[in-house]
Amino acid sequence: MNRIERTFKELKSLNKKAFIPYIMAGDPSVERTKELVLVLEECGADIIELGVPFTDPLADGPTIQRAAERALKEGVTLKGVLALVKDLRTKTRVPLVLMTYYNPVFKYGEERFVKDAKDAGVEGVIIPDLPPDEAGELIKTAKKADLATIFLLAPTSTEDRIKKVATASRGFIYYVSMTGITGSQILLDGSIEKSINNIRRITDKPVAVGFGISTAEQARAISGISDGVIIGSAIVRKIQEAPEGLKDFILKLREAVR
Amino acid sequence: MKKGYFGKYGGRFVPETLMPALMELEKAYLESKKDRDFQKELIHLQKTYIGRPTSLYFAKRLTEHLGGAKIYLKREDLAHTGAHKINNAIGQALLAKKIGKKRLIAETGAGQHGVATATGAALIGLDCDVYMGTDDMKRQALNVFRMRLLGARVIEVSIGSRTLKDAINEALRDWTTNVNTTHYVLGTVFGPHPFPSMVRDFQSVIGKEAKKQIMQAEKRLPDYLVACVGGGSNAMGLFHEFLGDNIKMIGVEAGGKGIDTGEHAARFAGGSVGVFQGCKTYLLQDDNGNVLGTHSVSAGLDYASIGPEHPFLRDLGKVQYTYATDDEALAAFELLSKTEGIIPALESAHAVAEAVKLAPKLSGDKLIIVNLSGRGDKDVQHVAAIKGISL
Repeated sequence: MNRIERTFKELKSLNKKAFIPYIMAGDPSVERTKELVLVLEECGADIIELGVPFTDPLADGPTIQRAAERALKEGVTLKGVLALVKDLRTKTRVPLVLMTYYNPVFKYGEERFVKDAKDAGVEGVIIPDLPPDEAGELIKTAKKADLATIFLLAPTSTEDRIKKVATASRGFIYYVSMTGITGSQILLDGSIEKSINNIRRITDKPVAVGFGISTAEQARAISGISDGVIIGSAIVRKIQEAPEGLKDFILKLREAVR
Repeated sequence: MKKGYFGKYGGRFVPETLMPALMELEKAYLESKKDRDFQKELIHLQKTYIGRPTSLYFAKRLTEHLGGAKIYLKREDLAHTGAHKINNAIGQALLAKKIGKKRLIAETGAGQHGVATATGAALIGLDCDVYMGTDDMKRQALNVFRMRLLGARVIEVSIGSRTLKDAINEALRDWTTNVNTTHYVLGTVFGPHPFPSMVRDFQSVIGKEAKKQIMQAEKRLPDYLVACVGGGSNAMGLFHEFLGDNIKMIGVEAGGKGIDTGEHAARFAGGSVGVFQGCKTYLLQDDNGNVLGTHSVSAGLDYASIGPEHPFLRDLGKVQYTYATDDEALAAFELLSKTEGIIPALESAHAVAEAVKLAPKLSGDKLIIVNLSGRGDKDVQHVAAIKGISL
């Protein structure tokens, strides 16, 4: 069993939910990212998502676009992020998931990527512009290496799509809270709960929700209806604009997810 | 061949949110091909609104000047709004209406596709927002104003390289957000399936007409077809009808300041296979899979990638690809203006530049058709600025 799956299983037996913060690797620097991962773990993150910077992040809003620009300026690449993870593995066992666009992986070579990611200590990978329809080879290779392939579902997903994504996903399913990009406004009107219930009728894999969750109140509401809460843009913004308040912010979010 | 693929190129690499919309679009597009009422309306609009067929014109003085093969120009510059882009925009606007969308969005580089989409929206009665990079808004100011006159909102894209690829990113983000009400009128044979096939089909009217017209004029097929290639829709529109014939086809990319300088948009000369903005195709990228900046004097060719059917045809040996530099395109721009009284778009001037190189090497009984994909009014100010003339 993959460590991500184990994490969700343990949380479930304790009747708890996963708190999954996201940060952009290399924003503002590789050294700072290493520190931040340890801070997130210390504050109780169950899983940490590391963004890999890409020139054309078409699923991301302005906050993460700018973070990617800063990280690219720092010279951070997929290769660099794998080295960063390898280094972190001497200090922490917290499950790390890469969130990357597909082209860096394609260019790196899928097989080589899976091998190197696993060797470095990456537990899972999320590729927002790679639907399972195009991921046949990656799913196979990753499965053999026990690297979790986490696919996304959205409010527009039909029953056929839910089945397809549920079958392809390992670790958890990433439910995108809205039709939109990261960092947009979330609407808590009951539709997310309805969609998650639809997904749960089809699969018993854990469902974590991301996109647009920026406050402790929202995190609390989402944790009540899902298996995990992913928070990205709000944390990335805090790191950039008010790093002195970061720890308190993370602790509040952590406390809200239960 | 896998659905949505041209050999190993193509596919559908988009966020999950868009997958159902692409499937819906594919279904509607396939139905529309067999839907007699839809085709009747499209043909009617092509004739009465776009002004098709556009003429195939024998460029006598240019031919004499170059002294070699006979050069014909397929006059897409005479289509309504001044470029081939309207063929696709009207087709997609009709399709959007058919699937019940209320709003069109588009990306634009040179502004021609933005103008064409704004025109389609006005014609059908839909809302329209067009994304355009800051740098392109400057060099194509005339088209920005035209779009606004047509009732569209032009949204400035100031992130990234501030050109066409960033406008596409923003349009895709908008579509992801508003997919329930909005249709994305992608302007070229690019992006996720079904766009590359659908846009090619809407543009294939160019080649169908040209084939009839050259048979009428010369009683035989041409020896060469030449077209510029940004995303590659005007080239695909001309070439597609002739793929079964034994004809040499040449796609001309933007050589910018020269391949060695790195400042160009010649994907075959300087790129490699990658996955970008929805499809697997050739891409200007670095070793880490990040997309490189591009340069071309023409905004419409200033793009890091190329429609996926192009590398497929290149691998098959059906189409050859070359490039023309900024300087060659600018010289062709002036030459065509002076010898024929036709001011070409800077994009199309790249195709003319190739004809300038090719024609003198061929005997007088050879025939070349150059796709004159657009007119150059939009570029006059930009060219004047390059020449240091203030208007």
